Amino acid sequence: MSLKKFRPCGDFRTSYAADMSMFQDKGSYYLTLGGIILLALSPFLFDSYIISLLIYIGFYGIAALGLNILVGCTGQISVGHAVFFGFGAFASAWLSNKFLVPVWLAIPIAAIMTAFVGLIFGIPAARVKGLYLAIATLAAQFIMEDFFSRAAWFTGGVDGASAEPLKIFNFYFDTDQKYFYIVLFWLLVSFLLVSNLMRTRDGRAFLAVRDHYLSAEMMGINLMKYRILSFGISSFFAGLGGALYGHYLSFVSIEEFNIQLSIFFLAMIIIGGLGSVRGSLMGAAFMVLLPEVMDYLTRSLAETSIDQMLSLSNAIPFIKEASIGLVIILFLIFEPNGLAYRWGQIRAWFKLYPFSY
Amino acid sequence: MALDFLIQLLVNGFIIGLLYGVVAMAFVLIYKSSLVVNFAQGEFLLIGAWACWWLLAQFSLPFYIAFIFTLIFMTIFGVLIQLIILRPLIGEPIISIIMVTIGLAIFFQALMNWMFGVFVEPFPKIFENESINLFGLRVQTVYIMSGLISLLIMISFAIFFKKSRLGLAMRATAFDQQAAQSLGVSVKQVFSAAWGISAMVSAVAGIVFGIVNGISSGIAFMGIKVFPAVILGGLDSVLGAILGGLVIGLLEHIAHYLDVQYLKIGNMIRIAPFYALLIILMIKPYGFFGTKDIERV
Repeated sequence: MSLKKFRPCGDFRTSYAADMSMFQDKGSYYLTLGGIILLALSPFLFDSYIISLLIYIGFYGIAALGLNILVGCTGQISVGHAVFFGFGAFASAWLSNKFLVPVWLAIPIAAIMTAFVGLIFGIPAARVKGLYLAIATLAAQFIMEDFFSRAAWFTGGVDGASAEPLKIFNFYFDTDQKYFYIVLFWLLVSFLLVSNLMRTRDGRAFLAVRDHYLSAEMMGINLMKYRILSFGISSFFAGLGGALYGHYLSFVSIEEFNIQLSIFFLAMIIIGGLGSVRGSLMGAAFMVLLPEVMDYLTRSLAETSIDQMLSLSNAIPFIKEASIGLVIILFLIFEPNGLAYRWGQIRAWFKLYPFSY
Repeated sequence: MALDFLIQLLVNGFIIGLLYGVVAMAFVLIYKSSLVVNFAQGEFLLIGAWACWWLLAQFSLPFYIAFIFTLIFMTIFGVLIQLIILRPLIGEPIISIIMVTIGLAIFFQALMNWMFGVFVEPFPKIFENESINLFGLRVQTVYIMSGLISLLIMISFAIFFKKSRLGLAMRATAFDQQAAQSLGVSVKQVFSAAWGISAMVSAVAGIVFGIVNGISSGIAFMGIKVFPAVILGGLDSVLGAILGGLVIGLLEHIAHYLDVQYLKIGNMIRIAPFYALLIILMIKPYGFFGTKDIERV
């Protein structure tokens, strides 16, 4: 890697390898490294409330990453991502309960199972695209939700499924602080995998299918293969995130994986930036923190006249939901490229300072 | 007994289907003129129903006046949504358009829940609701009324598109936007008008639905049920939307009948349209009356 300078002022790459490297300069390399170290130390630095938020950001981030491959990179809109998330959670709980698979193994197996389910649901993508695909995934969302409530052998029906805590060699990852490391591990693995995927032929094929599928097909890319494959990969990460979610809450109920959660995932990638790997994590962080911030704001307004006029304290769940909708609309109108693009702008400003032209 | 039940369900399915047809028509109107897939159609129903309910409950206006006020309000509301939210997004990729209408749907659903609560509110009594005997079937008058209103809306739609100047402009825009523009049709006005009319028609459907079943956020699910109907009929065909609505209404009630009588798995009335949707998409993605997208390189 040609990590010559912290912030080269301009594009000095001379080889193909330098152009394809994961970290374009020393600055971003150290920033990433520092971020990972800070995260690794965070259970010692922050209280368990912040840790639990970080865990949520972790598994939602993994699932959002999967959705971003599908929607952002391949350009196939899915309004049913939550059911794959749910399938992963149920599959992991099912494997560990019924077949006594150790939980650390059940999580990746559940992810692979979800990937296969995703491949099956990806088959319509070979035939329809764009808007019609979005509507097909909407139907898949309701059909799978119905399946969850019906398949008591798999999900426990209306009672839900209990998921055991994770354990390696009699060491239980039962507190937030310990479980955080599991989530961090899988988060790093996922982001590493996807960043690398985007540098390979397959990753570029996804982008080509998104940008102009006819040209892509003419250049020898098998459209059907890549459309279905993108569903599979996307479901893999959804299942992984879901499995982590299930074992974190140690209980999976059939009602959580509704269309609202699907929209929540879509909102994450819209806000983070479509087709951006780091944007997925930014979007997940934004969407996890947004309800907390709204909660805080409403509470800080308590007992004031505004509160009494609008009866805010009773309406916290609605305010959270409305804020999600509002944020989606505002981002689409004012910042359609998402947070990742804004981050790039900020970096570019520093890089080019003081002559930004 | 079983046959009576089936016929009863078919009648209900027909009338609900007419209502689906009306909502699907409102949906298609927006799609056809401005190529926006409106995921917030169900929320238009919800807002219309709540607005009418609020006028009735708060000011105890006579129903007809409240109804007219609601229609005026919803027309303005639809136009404003188009002006403020959708106009900046013209030319954006399809994911942005879909997401912005989903965002609208979430926002307004939460707002309505906040303002009016989450419980079912019955509509104030407007008509004497009694069952009448129609060819040996017991049919509630509200059902007949809702069927008649749906038919009325459909007929006035047909007249509007055939006779009025704005209707002609809308058809021209749907047919070829650039040609219409060069002949002096204001496409901006057509877009706004489409949203206004669609919101107004949805409000009528919402009020009818509210009178029959009471108002709750469940009305918004009509906006999701509309997708099987429009896919069946073809996304850009008004006639297809009506037929699709009817077929889906009948289909879900037939599925319900089979479910209750034979299968006993439950919940089929809710899920059957989505199975139908997937099957239609697999075998005939442009529906029965939709225009085929032919792509030239």
